[in-house]
Amino acid sequence: MSADYLRLEGIRKSFGSFQALSDIDLTIEKGEFVCFLGPSGCGKTTLLRIIAGLETQTAGSIRQGERDISVLPPARRDYGIVFQSYALFPNLTVADNVAYGLVNRKQPRAQITARVDELLKLVGLPGSGPKFPAQLSGGQQQRIALARALATKPGLLLLDEPLSALDALERVRLRQEIRALQNQLGVTTIMVTHDQEEALSVADRIVVMNQGVIEQVGTPMQIYRDPATPFVADFVGKINVLPGRLRPGRALQIGTSRFECALDADAERDVKVYLRPEDLLARPIAVGDANVFEAAIEKIEFLGSYCHVSVRSAAIGPQALTVYLSLNYLAEQGLEVGSRLPLRVMPERMRFF
Amino acid sequence: MSAVLPLPSTTALRQRAHWTDRVAHALMLLIVLALVVFLALPLASILVKSLQNPDGAFVGLLNFTSYLATPSLLSSLGHSVWVSLLVTLITLPLAFGFAYALSRSCMPFKGLARTIALVPLLAPSLLSALSLIYWFGNQGLARGFIHALGFSEIYGALGVVVAECFAVFPHVLMILITALSLADARLYEAADALGTSTRRRFFTITLPGAKYGLISAALVAFTLVMTDFGIPKVIGGNFNMLATDVFKLVIGQQDFQRGAVVGLLLLTPALFTFVIDWLVQRKQTAMLSARAVPYRPKRAPGFDAAMSAFVLLISALMLAMLGMAVFASFASFWPYNLTPTWRHYTMGLVDAEVFDAFVNSLKLAAGTAFFGTILVFVGAYLLEKTRGLDALRPVVRLLAMLPMAVPGLVLGLGYIFFFNAPGNPLHGLYQTLPLLVLCTIVHFYTTGHLTAVTALKALDAEFESVSASLKVPFFKTFWRVTLPICTPTLLDIARYFFINAMTTISAVVFLYSPGTKVAAIAILNLDEAGEAGAAAACAVLITAGSTVVTLLFIALGWWVDRRTQAWRHTTTR
Repeated sequence: MSADYLRLEGIRKSFGSFQALSDIDLTIEKGEFVCFLGPSGCGKTTLLRIIAGLETQTAGSIRQGERDISVLPPARRDYGIVFQSYALFPNLTVADNVAYGLVNRKQPRAQITARVDELLKLVGLPGSGPKFPAQLSGGQQQRIALARALATKPGLLLLDEPLSALDALERVRLRQEIRALQNQLGVTTIMVTHDQEEALSVADRIVVMNQGVIEQVGTPMQIYRDPATPFVADFVGKINVLPGRLRPGRALQIGTSRFECALDADAERDVKVYLRPEDLLARPIAVGDANVFEAAIEKIEFLGSYCHVSVRSAAIGPQALTVYLSLNYLAEQGLEVGSRLPLRVMPERMRFF
Repeated sequence: MSAVLPLPSTTALRQRAHWTDRVAHALMLLIVLALVVFLALPLASILVKSLQNPDGAFVGLLNFTSYLATPSLLSSLGHSVWVSLLVTLITLPLAFGFAYALSRSCMPFKGLARTIALVPLLAPSLLSALSLIYWFGNQGLARGFIHALGFSEIYGALGVVVAECFAVFPHVLMILITALSLADARLYEAADALGTSTRRRFFTITLPGAKYGLISAALVAFTLVMTDFGIPKVIGGNFNMLATDVFKLVIGQQDFQRGAVVGLLLLTPALFTFVIDWLVQRKQTAMLSARAVPYRPKRAPGFDAAMSAFVLLISALMLAMLGMAVFASFASFWPYNLTPTWRHYTMGLVDAEVFDAFVNSLKLAAGTAFFGTILVFVGAYLLEKTRGLDALRPVVRLLAMLPMAVPGLVLGLGYIFFFNAPGNPLHGLYQTLPLLVLCTIVHFYTTGHLTAVTALKALDAEFESVSASLKVPFFKTFWRVTLPICTPTLLDIARYFFINAMTTISAVVFLYSPGTKVAAIAILNLDEAGEAGAAAACAVLITAGSTVVTLLFIALGWWVDRRTQAWRHTTTR
């Protein structure tokens, strides 16, 4: 309880007749790095802006630390914010940008300069004070925006899709730097993103949202391995969906094949079986193993060290499955389009909805 | 997908306002108040006056019916309409051809041609009328030409039409140049790849692309001619038009009621223009996407030569008009003694009235530029970049767009009715320079407002959010960030106000007093008194003054750019 830093209760937001957020309840601990993850239009940015006070919720309360900040204007809340567009002041130098929040506090100039230098070193851009933002690359500008937000030592750091405007390589590099920075400073952070790889990589906990509701809150492992809803299973990572029939005695029938599963059903019922590609194993398969079926390769999508392989098996049904096979394995076994190979399904990895 | 829960019937939460928000709200209320007092109420008083009799009693539509029953007044309406239509029909194709030559051919000296064609913007509109009189009037150099064409004299409809063509041409040209320059080269390349003929290309790509520009330009031309006062006054002779009627009725006959009716009639085409333009703008699709490639005309010797000839012809006509005014201002005693002399200029300077009038013009222009720019920019900033008082914002937007629909004559008329009313506490402002300044600011408000809004919208939308999160009040960010970035825009707005205040006649003609007479009015008085040379000299002086100021503004812009906009010219390392 004492570790709770930010508490949202019953947050609702409607724009006219459109319900953007419905009954959001969320608790964030001090020093946590939380990601709001979801597709466009799910309400994640709206929720962030409500926490910042840039939008006002239709109903619901927000507590930060000991304070109820539900109806406070942004200037009275305690946070720093970084936008996707960086919003750096183009006519001020980098040093003036970073010092922007400090100048208002009537601190002596020397102290401000020292703090700016400290921050620039923290984000890995020492000595860039006299430059103008236009002289920096996108990733560097983003880091300056971060330094500016952290200058006043806010209790909460809000990041609104900070990496979306960067190219792929910079994105990967910068997300690690943001995470390292957050570890070092211990500031409670909320990052909004639509990139699930980003969220899985840096977050302590992920809040998966869809159409204004929270689908699941959990650690990256929990979200990935134990998705609570079909949406989460489908949105995070790749998924195969098969129609099947559960039987009592841990039996599952898919197509014309029988499988062992981990769920003991009371009665027969139809289910959708959710399987991740990496849970369809090409090896190790020993003779006599359960849950083995044969499939034929239809398409190989080359992605470098491993491939997305599309397979079809008459025993399972008419639809295609996606399997991950490493380049080395394909070469070893001499597999190509048309080849047949056995695949094993791990019973404990099957999810049913 | 998610269940739609029935919402409890509580009212939505409202965020508390920070004290800086309240400051912004107070300022916005002040601006609304200013616009209401200096725009909405004067317009309302015209409406009220038109529904009253001279004793102030409400008489319904009596004034309107009596107006429609007066043949002479009704004929003014007809005259104004067909003259406006004719001028529009003449100027539109000519300006289109000129703009086409500038943007779609490889003719030489484009910059020079463009400058010549736009110079009349720096002069009072009646300069062309004065010039025409010198060319074709009773003592004109080429009056035989008029007789040969079958006209008895230049005064009247002929003079008005020709003079208005000159005056309106640069306004129409500017709009069409913009419309034709919004061309995506890729469309033409695709047409070429498909083997499209030049004729077909013109009618299926070029014309439709310029469609909204053409509509806009036509409406602007029509409205400008309908509501122009200076040219009909100088060269209209006995040809009565709405604009001169208003003046005669209100100033000459003190018939405020009939004057109000005519004022409302003058308001109608402008309002009509405004509504059509607004409807058309909503249907306009973006002509240039971010991926559009600018169109670069290719060399075509025959075409280029034809375009050059056309532009040359029009430029020559323009220069003839301008040149004649300058020439005549130096002529000792037209037409008998054409030896050059400074007499008209020095007499004008020595004659205290004209010198004072010129100083008044400068004062008016400077005041309008300074206060107008501040008012417009602060108003636009509060509207676009601050939060709260949501109910008031549509009102501010409407009031800011309204001046574009109100001709200067009508505005001046409203000011007479409103500020001269004895019961009005602001009565003391009547016929003072501050009122002239306010009237001129309001008259040209909309263009300044739209320019400011465009510039502000180009700034990152989150500056104010960042500022709030860093606990910096918005007006500090306004001072440190918004103003410096928008300084070039501020200069543009100030220059627009200045030049228009120097050359405007229609609003000030109702509001000046002997002490606040401006140079544009002095031209009218001199012309009436038969001092044609001095009138021409005064017009040339105004034009020269405007040109000097424009050059000063350009120099100032260059200096500001070097001193404060260095950050724009840095590049990524």
